[in-house]
Amino acid sequence: MTDFVSPGQPGSKAVFLPRYDHWINGKFVKPSTGQYFENVTPVTGKVFCEVARGNAADIDLALDAAHAAAPAWGKTSATERAIMLNKIADRMEANIEAIAVAETWENGKPIRESLYVDIPLAIDHFRYFAAAIRAQEGSAGELDHDTVAYHFHEPLGVVGQIIPWNFPILMAIWKLAPAIAAGNCVVLKPAEQTPVSIHFLMDLIKDLIPDGVVNIVNGFGVEAGKPLASSPRIAKIAFTGETSTGRLIMQYASENIIPVTLELGGKSPNIFFNDVAAENDAFYDKALEGFTMFAVNQGEVCTCPSRGLIEAKIYDKFLGDVTARTKAIKQGHPLDLSTMMGAQASTDQLEKILSYLDIGKKEGAKVITGGERADLGGELAGGYYVLPTIFEGSNKMRIFQEEIFGPVISVTKFDGFDNAMEIANDTLYGLGAGVWTRDMNTAYRAGRAIQAGRVWTNCYHAYPAGAAFGGYKASGIGRENHKMMLDHYQQTKNLLVSYSPNKLGFF
Amino acid sequence: MEIPSRVDYTEAAAEMLRKLTAINGPLMFHQSGGCCDGSSPMCYLEGEFRVGAQDVLVGEFAIEGIEKPIKVWMSATQFEYWRHTHLTIDLVDGRGGGFSLEAPEGKRFLTRSRLFTDGEWEILESSPVSRGA
Repeated sequence: MTDFVSPGQPGSKAVFLPRYDHWINGKFVKPSTGQYFENVTPVTGKVFCEVARGNAADIDLALDAAHAAAPAWGKTSATERAIMLNKIADRMEANIEAIAVAETWENGKPIRESLYVDIPLAIDHFRYFAAAIRAQEGSAGELDHDTVAYHFHEPLGVVGQIIPWNFPILMAIWKLAPAIAAGNCVVLKPAEQTPVSIHFLMDLIKDLIPDGVVNIVNGFGVEAGKPLASSPRIAKIAFTGETSTGRLIMQYASENIIPVTLELGGKSPNIFFNDVAAENDAFYDKALEGFTMFAVNQGEVCTCPSRGLIEAKIYDKFLGDVTARTKAIKQGHPLDLSTMMGAQASTDQLEKILSYLDIGKKEGAKVITGGERADLGGELAGGYYVLPTIFEGSNKMRIFQEEIFGPVISVTKFDGFDNAMEIANDTLYGLGAGVWTRDMNTAYRAGRAIQAGRVWTNCYHAYPAGAAFGGYKASGIGRENHKMMLDHYQQTKNLLVSYSPNKLGFF
Repeated sequence: MEIPSRVDYTEAAAEMLRKLTAINGPLMFHQSGGCCDGSSPMCYLEGEFRVGAQDVLVGEFAIEGIEKPIKVWMSATQFEYWRHTHLTIDLVDGRGGGFSLEAPEGKRFLTRSRLFTDGEWEILESSPVSRGA
């Protein structure tokens, strides 16, 4: 018996509908083709509901609803919008266990993460943007005695958002909260791997949101995502995913001359300097945990600390200690509170991870622990489980250069500060990084030298609202998780006003 | 001396490419990188994805039953980290990713890799690669 009952069984906190249509204009709308696709839980590999297979006609219907709602929504006061966001947060808090179970069943992540991390962060995100939009002010610049430049924030109108499958609810909220706080209406396409938990949430909060402000169209990327991203009827597109699609989305955006925000992943270094092991104390223990963070969300995190850089003097001892910590990771049923690592989100993700374990071995990397699929037996035998894996190798290997998006860390040794920075920055990406040292001067210099948008210093994988998140280099454009995200969803209106009664004298 | 191929396909992939060509018309691949569905070979209508001077032509598939060879591209910066490995585009069960054309078929293209042999590597490293512009 698991701590939380599986959906589909009597007594489960999360009850899914057998079938989900699109959510358009405040109600369920059947797909125009009448077609549905099956939605599988990675926990067992079994189908648990059907989901609308949307296309361009469905996207257009959603855009119609969003455009109809946008003029009125864009004129609501910031106060009114903030009150709505806070009510959504309160409603989520009151239903947190049900939402967490739904998210775990959808994505495979352990319930302790859904319950104590993902959903609390999503709730807080609404509250953060409720506060941010209330506190946001325009400006009045006195350019000279008679001339004033007024700056107003205006919503963009209708925006498109394409959501990834690794944090189906949290990543949707990261995009939704600032967009609707700023007065926009949204057409959102969830990932086809995890299409339903956002509907589960919407069902709980639907009475709080005016019709047409948030619309959800499900379907495959090529059939529903592409018509959304390429539509001339959106004023902005936001995407989290990989680089080819990111480029394609920019290409479509260039045809419509609209802005994009992109979060395209990373290959984040987690750097441990010698002095980390100066004492065998609480800080050392924290550093060992910091290394093991590669297993958070089964490694399916854009900022997964998937390159472990350990300084030469402590290399053997530290690697030994983190290997023991990694071996202690408890895999099991994702609905058990003691489970630390759950299922990979989909069968294709499982296949991809296995293909990387293969090329890692072929390139000569040494498997320190793990390195294969995990068979957890029983009802989990059909689920998508991988052993947490530590590879030892060199930074030129492909397992050091590509985001595997699995519970796999590739470890290498460095010799001194400069060598650490050289290895850390030898990557196409620059999303996250970790620096561990007892010397804050080293920490500061490393943090500034690493070309990444977020450098966790003596911590990792914290995502509090108010800390900007986004990429350098090929990792993308824009900063989420911070009030500056409002800028990505707003126009600036300037009124340039002359209070002088006199002409210039030119004509 | 014949230049070894950098990229091949499995018969399962070829079968899917024949099907997708029949449905959509001529195709291309762009090898992705990065988050989520990164590392997936993305299959698009030919010309859908605009390649340029920052893309390398990794290879072309001449597949029986398909009139036009299918070009396989990769961004030049990514190629620098991949160039020492031979790629095989395979097909597995799945949900596709990004805007790749196979998703509705319940399948997904997957790139498998091996290291080049010393013999292959010697020839390849002295052979130029062409770019998209």
